[in-house]
Amino acid sequence: MINSKPKKKKMKVSMEDRIITIVSYVIYTLFAFVCFYPFYYIFINSLSANDLSEKGKVLFWIKGLHFKNYIDIVKVPGLFNALKISLARTVIGTTLTVATAAFLGYMFTRETMWKRKLWYRLVVATMYFNAGIIPWYITMRNLGLTNNFWGYIFPNIVAPFYIVLCKTYVESVPKELQQAAEIDGAGTLRIFWQIMLPVIQPILATVAIFSAVNQWNSFQDTLLLVTDPKLHTLQFVLYQYITQATSLKALVNSTSTSSSIAALATAQTATSIRMTVTVVVVTPIVFVYPFFQKFFIKGIMIGAVKG
Amino acid sequence: MKVKDRKKARSYMEFLYIVPFLILVLLFSYYPLYGWVYAFFDYKPPFPLSADRFVGFKWFKSIVDSPTKISQILKVLRNTFAMSGLSLLFSWVPMALAILLNEIKQKTYRRIVQTVTTLPNFISWVLVYSIAFNVLSSTGAVNSILMNLGLIDTPIMFLQSSKHVWFRMWLWLTWKNAGWAAIMYIAALSGIDEEMNEAARIDGASRIQIIWHITLPSLMPTYFVLVMLNLANFLSNGMEQYYVFQNSFNKEYIQVLDLYVYNIAMGNGGYSLSVAISILKSIVSLVLLCVTNALSKLVRGEGFI
Repeated sequence: MINSKPKKKKMKVSMEDRIITIVSYVIYTLFAFVCFYPFYYIFINSLSANDLSEKGKVLFWIKGLHFKNYIDIVKVPGLFNALKISLARTVIGTTLTVATAAFLGYMFTRETMWKRKLWYRLVVATMYFNAGIIPWYITMRNLGLTNNFWGYIFPNIVAPFYIVLCKTYVESVPKELQQAAEIDGAGTLRIFWQIMLPVIQPILATVAIFSAVNQWNSFQDTLLLVTDPKLHTLQFVLYQYITQATSLKALVNSTSTSSSIAALATAQTATSIRMTVTVVVVTPIVFVYPFFQKFFIKGIMIGAVKG
Repeated sequence: MKVKDRKKARSYMEFLYIVPFLILVLLFSYYPLYGWVYAFFDYKPPFPLSADRFVGFKWFKSIVDSPTKISQILKVLRNTFAMSGLSLLFSWVPMALAILLNEIKQKTYRRIVQTVTTLPNFISWVLVYSIAFNVLSSTGAVNSILMNLGLIDTPIMFLQSSKHVWFRMWLWLTWKNAGWAAIMYIAALSGIDEEMNEAARIDGASRIQIIWHITLPSLMPTYFVLVMLNLANFLSNGMEQYYVFQNSFNKEYIQVLDLYVYNIAMGNGGYSLSVAISILKSIVSLVLLCVTNALSKLVRGEGFI
């Protein structure tokens, strides 16, 4: 009698258990498939015979493997230059943003600073308003930052959200560390350089990865500020290719006009150019993201505690 | 006395260190606000403001001074409300996903699906559009599969269509963001004391009961904050998603306020009108932010600003 009751309960629980487990797995597997398949689809198409790919015959695996698409896109005008611009803004922009976030995150914890709270509020308040695109454009024009590479960099140097992340992290470091250095006579900058910088590296990694992704993905500033094709970024060029790929294929296809089956499989089509460029633009994110996922997650954890 | 002086000198010195950065903030975040005066002038782009005529509230009135303009702005507002409304209506989706993810106990599998479903959050809208274009074009994966299965005879033109635009935009937004948004709740879940779950289990609570009485309540504070932020940003959908997806077929339904401000500025050089609209939008947004923040203070005892 005493034994039978818990047993019954256990049966019921395990049935319920099984349903919840199945529902969780099924829904998440479907969701993961929907997220994964488009990337996979574009990747296998960029490596398949172009005539099959254009007819929509390549759905689940590579058909007629060849690498000519990746050789040919070098001929797409402007692509290599756009890659250089995107890399340059990612590297330079990220470096300056991270250095600034680290320094200001530390400085805003210095209680000795004159009117510290006021300056901190002045910076953080900018998260909550926005003058609008036209006033921003006119500002950038007045500062000579339209059609200028530095227009990609300067407005992003002081990033309030990253500063808040760094400040929160600095505050979690034991105060004794700073106090000890101060007693030894270290100045404000020296404490930052020799004590803080090595300690706050985990949060700097997080900020760096967020900032790099933002710079790499940025599209709107090119759209608003840049008319000079030499300054177009990879994102912008990709957008142009999607809308004009038909006219591009003539430029890329070499002189031969033979229509043998072998030639058809590797001749560029609007679809093949679009897909190949898409793979090129998405690759850095796909390869970098899984390794740095924990930094992203750490970033929102700290942000969530703060918010 | 000397010590006091040195302290003071240091406090000003520390301020001087951050001055260059404060200048950047003033230049790029505060100085643009001055541009709002353009809404009160007849601004013609190449000329300086001094050469333009002061027109007072002309541009503000012109937003609603003819039936066609009224119907235009109403359409834009309708689209904005529809897109933001859908997001608000389905704002529980990421939380539900987080609860499901939390029930997946197999570690490796969990890590794989988590990585795969959060990846779309980190690609740009241009890439999302490129993916949409490739997958949904007339010879793309979706049409090919549907035709192979014999479900349709002619390809469906998903992107060149004016049907269900709001819902499809919401789907893409969800595809991009939901997986990542779920992680935010997972962060909140990791704070739950494992002992509490254990105690509930010993007391004979079923898995559903644990989800309902422990997991869900512990997610509610995060959910509440996110809903409040959603409300505060009700008028700000951003323009990038709608800009890349817009075409002549869906323009009627896709033009949200942020995109409209851009489109009229680029259209007939209506800089002044565009600025006038963004001023109105900013004022309403500020009110929304204050209201939701006050609401948050009332409910949780603390605001989110």
